[in-house]
Amino acid sequence: MISQFFVLSQRGDNIVFRDYRGEVPKGSAEIFFRKVKFWKEDGEGDAPPVFNLDGVNYFHVKVVGLLFVATTRINASPSLVLELLQRIARVIKDYLGVLNEDSLRRNFVLVYELLDEVIDFGYVQTTSTEVLKSYVFNEPIVVDAARLPPLGPASIFVQGSKRMPGTAVTKSVVANEPGGRKREEIFVDIIEKISVTFSSSGYILTSEIDGTIQMKSYLTGNPEIRLALNEDLSIGRGGRSIYDYSSSSGGGTVILDDCNFHESVHLENFDIDRTLVLVPPEGEFPVMNYRMTQEFKPPFRINALIEEAGSLKAEVILKVRAEFASSITANTIMIQMPLPTFTTRVSFELEPGAVGNTTDFKEANKRLEWSLKKIVGGSEHTLRARLTFSQESHGNIVKEAGPVSMTFTIPMYNASRLQVKYLQIAKKSNTYNPYRWVRYVTQANSYVARL
Amino acid sequence: MAPPAPSHRTSSPSQPSGKSEVSDLKSQLRQLAGSRAPGVEDSKRELFKKVISYMTIGIDVSSLFGEMVMCSATSDIVLKKMCYLYVGNYAKVNPDLALLTINFLQRDCKDDDPMIRGLALRSLCSLRVANLVEYLVGPLGSGLKDSNSYVRMVAVTGVLKLYRISASTCTDADFPATLKHLMLNDRDTQVVANCLSALQEILTSEASSLEEASREREALLSKPVVYYLLNRIKEFNEWAQCLILELVSKYVPSDSNEIFDIMNLLEDRLQHANGAVVLATTKVFLHLTLSMTDVHQQVYERIKAPLLTLVSSGSPEQSYAVLSHLHLLVMRAPFVFSADYKYFYCQYNEPSYVKKLKLEMLTAVANESNTYEIVTELCEYVANVDIPIARESIRAVGKIALQQYDVNAIVDRLLQFLEMEKDYVTAEALVLVKDLLRKYPQWSHDCIAVVGSISSKNIQEPKAKAALIWMLGEYSQDMQDAPYILESLVENWDDEPSAEVRLHLLTAVMKCFFKRPPETQKALGAALAVGLADFHQDVHDRALFYYRLLQYNVSVAERVVNPPKQAVSVFADTQSSEVKDRIFDEFNSLSVIYQKPSYMFTDKEHRGPFEFSDELGNLSIGVESADTVVPTQQVEANDNDLLLSTSVEEETRVVSNNGSAYSAPSYEGSIGSLIPQAPLESAVSNPSIPGPAPQSSSPFDDLFGLGLPTASASPITPAAPSPPPLQLKSKAVLDPGTFQQKWRQLPISISQEISVSPQGVAALTSPQVLLRHMQNHSIHSIASGGQAPNFKIFFFAQKQEEPSNFLVECIINTASAKAQVKVKADDQSVSQAFLSLFQSALASFGMP
Repeated sequence: MISQFFVLSQRGDNIVFRDYRGEVPKGSAEIFFRKVKFWKEDGEGDAPPVFNLDGVNYFHVKVVGLLFVATTRINASPSLVLELLQRIARVIKDYLGVLNEDSLRRNFVLVYELLDEVIDFGYVQTTSTEVLKSYVFNEPIVVDAARLPPLGPASIFVQGSKRMPGTAVTKSVVANEPGGRKREEIFVDIIEKISVTFSSSGYILTSEIDGTIQMKSYLTGNPEIRLALNEDLSIGRGGRSIYDYSSSSGGGTVILDDCNFHESVHLENFDIDRTLVLVPPEGEFPVMNYRMTQEFKPPFRINALIEEAGSLKAEVILKVRAEFASSITANTIMIQMPLPTFTTRVSFELEPGAVGNTTDFKEANKRLEWSLKKIVGGSEHTLRARLTFSQESHGNIVKEAGPVSMTFTIPMYNASRLQVKYLQIAKKSNTYNPYRWVRYVTQANSYVARL
Repeated sequence: MAPPAPSHRTSSPSQPSGKSEVSDLKSQLRQLAGSRAPGVEDSKRELFKKVISYMTIGIDVSSLFGEMVMCSATSDIVLKKMCYLYVGNYAKVNPDLALLTINFLQRDCKDDDPMIRGLALRSLCSLRVANLVEYLVGPLGSGLKDSNSYVRMVAVTGVLKLYRISASTCTDADFPATLKHLMLNDRDTQVVANCLSALQEILTSEASSLEEASREREALLSKPVVYYLLNRIKEFNEWAQCLILELVSKYVPSDSNEIFDIMNLLEDRLQHANGAVVLATTKVFLHLTLSMTDVHQQVYERIKAPLLTLVSSGSPEQSYAVLSHLHLLVMRAPFVFSADYKYFYCQYNEPSYVKKLKLEMLTAVANESNTYEIVTELCEYVANVDIPIARESIRAVGKIALQQYDVNAIVDRLLQFLEMEKDYVTAEALVLVKDLLRKYPQWSHDCIAVVGSISSKNIQEPKAKAALIWMLGEYSQDMQDAPYILESLVENWDDEPSAEVRLHLLTAVMKCFFKRPPETQKALGAALAVGLADFHQDVHDRALFYYRLLQYNVSVAERVVNPPKQAVSVFADTQSSEVKDRIFDEFNSLSVIYQKPSYMFTDKEHRGPFEFSDELGNLSIGVESADTVVPTQQVEANDNDLLLSTSVEEETRVVSNNGSAYSAPSYEGSIGSLIPQAPLESAVSNPSIPGPAPQSSSPFDDLFGLGLPTASASPITPAAPSPPPLQLKSKAVLDPGTFQQKWRQLPISISQEISVSPQGVAALTSPQVLLRHMQNHSIHSIASGGQAPNFKIFFFAQKQEEPSNFLVECIINTASAKAQVKVKADDQSVSQAFLSLFQSALASFGMP
């Protein structure tokens, strides 16, 4: 049971504010914002998503820089409320196409209309975009997506390859195309976030893939869809220890540790032919989430070295090698490394002919940053940095620096080898041939090499 | 909705004051009100939007009420909705104007379009104006019968809204009964779900005053209702599923077949992508199988993978919520998760509240086979840029060492920390080495060598400094410089800001004196002198105490300060197993996130449905001596089997601590786990507690000099009313299940407020003291809980000659020195007599 729902901008302004039960004092939005802000200033890191202040429980999630907040006085289920907040953001995005402060402000009447149907007197009624369509009458004012930095999980597809119509995923499910007709299309995105920790000797300490098959449907009339995955896909690793690498290397089969599914998915055939059958509701939703700790080839190898080079000096050498096919290009790569706290100056030396590289030493938090616009598969890149210290290092300099962490995005690549073999849409007529897009992307979640 | 403009908003330069804008809007709205020109709806929409946007940012637009209502005569549904929104926001502050809207809302409730009927009904019920409730009853009644499910769905929630404005109007119209009928008969699942929510809320709030409502509420948990909902669960949307699952988790099945049927039915809910559904299902599984040890353990295995998947998918916030629950389960059953320890490794980009949870989980799951890897990983975090996490990591290493796994390697690591020359690392490591030495005195040689080389001048943190000083005192015979280091510390007495450090310094100098008298004599004299002059009461008192003790008899002083010590086997847990069990009972709620039971952070009126009857089950089971309540003990034993309970540990500690100067005096095992433990520091610095504890049957009472009759005796306090002829059985037996059932069935026969004597309040340091006292009066406790100032205890008693039970709920507030007592009895005719007994027993509590 929720008392209030509100959305705050980064500066703490109310963009939307709905009080459902009138039992939490009016100033709650301000109280909440001040608390969250000071949490950070008090050096305690980010405020946790749930906290209690004077008997009021505040829940919040951050979506595209906005704070979606709910309050209640009762001992509610935290996962329910947090899930709900996330879902409200998704419904709004389905309606507005683009979710950001500007689009929210322009469409706040529509948002209120949605909120009235999503929650009544604090109780959740529905968060299905499709169900809501019959109750909601405002037309969205579509914000020009091109003008704005694209946001949300779909944004990662926007750059590069022409096969991916970036603007389409920022399309509202209700607004019509300029021509007055809706384009029949469906997007299936396989998004994988990978976490790898390399030991100082380059050995893989831990690795995990967290994947989602995300669907966004603009099909009218709810046709049935069949989504076939790898036939040899297996789920669950029996009684074996999850990190037992030796057991998984052979055969090339994809073994998921576990997965879960959206409500609309029928799993009758899944055990037999690995086919997901569903009637997708309109809007964006995850068809399936999965988790895999089976050994996989990490896309990048990182070599990092720090050595003392005379008194008050040291040298850092960072080497990154892309271990995927040359037809694939990773982009927006960022490599960071904390340096000893007594570092005062850093000079960088890139390889001759390096393009799209920027290097920086963040004085405030003593961090080295190296960003690359893109890395083509098979290539190797090196950075040398000379550090100057303000005092002698006492102990082991290796203990004072690192670990090296890396973020990247690799379109059209997935580390798990999970594949959508085909995407079949039940035909309504011979001429019915909607566009289907199946896209893969891999991102770094926590990609770390220790020194 | 947005608050009317707070004053500071209007003064801020960036915010328009809105006054001129509002009057502008007013005239524009007037113009449009009567107009039928083409396109007028569009202009109205624009104006309405402006009004709503002012409302959102906090400008007061209530003065437009009349104009808004005039303009709302329209068939445009978008306009209508905006108008409803506006009206709902300002009706409460303008009850007179709200009356204006009743007319058109009532008309709309009869519209042909079900959307309009529903919307109008919702707005009508949202006005929150008490003197308009009479207008709600009619539309609500027809709304509940409407042919359209949307209207019914709105009407059901409308009933709840009406109840919140005027409970009597709602019950007089017999709406709760209608809801019950709808819940079991409506085709539409959302109508059913709303009926369930509304009924739970209404009945819960009625139940506190009406026994009938309380029974009705129990009826929601009856087999037909629960089965009806369970069989249709897949037709409900995910949120309503959560609601039903929460209800099912309170349901008590009659046998194990029923339990398996329910679990099989809900099995696939664990594969749901919505974490709320999975956690609600998990709760059902955990609670249903509590009494089935093997199955319960299988449940842990079964839910592990789905929970881990939820942690790694979804937003960081959702994953935190799930991780908190996983944390709870790991703490209860660490060995189930010991092979999965790598999942609890911290990632560098995780927020610190996540890392903290993970560190605790890593500590808990450490065992013989994984300790080396876990400790290696933890040592990586020590160099972390995030200093609080680096500290936590060191503490985690120390805790693992205290769990007795692979101590050798860990001690080496800790000593390496001391050599890292980072202030906070040294500080944390010192504290740990001190704790380690208390448990493993055999390591003193290796540790002292390293510790001796640390200069006390480099240690600033009080805890670390106190630890170093403690080691200097304790191991002064092994540390060459100990007397001189202590002496220089005493010389700088006035520069030491922390009283804790000064207390430790006093004790350390004393200890050192008995070991190396000639070298320390000067330091001791100086320390006692500055100690006596210290402005801090405790420091002063301790110095005086030592001074007198030395004056009285030096060898006695030595026995007090330097008694032979036994190693500590297990350190006290910070949270009692009772509190942990309550949090577990409140699985899938905020209690898990806050790691506190709900009574610590919610007021009673906002506890969820069933919370009350629930509490009974939640309170940890009786603590009385084992021979009286046999079934109770069985339940506890079960719990221990279930890998879950911490009380075993606690008891071990208590037993092995006998006679040691490190802990409070020993207590008998049965109550040992319940006595609040003195924090480590003070225990270390409190060698002043006299030697072996009294071994009487109620040592705790004796400690306070409150000797009490130990056998069952009639009250002896003269102030108390004389005992009536009712005789109670001294060894009554009642198992918690029966108690709970009876508590639900029986009506309250007496409810009364009793004063508690000041002595009683003073003696009530924990419920257990009172429980023992009451047992001496043949009144037994079945469950207890709470923290000062509020304690809640359930008692029962039986008649001597026949199996007739008395049940009591007793809520004591020590701040107000009042006890709220509710008595239920099988035989109501003697409940007054029983209350007198109860009252006199309570009155004698704390009396010498």
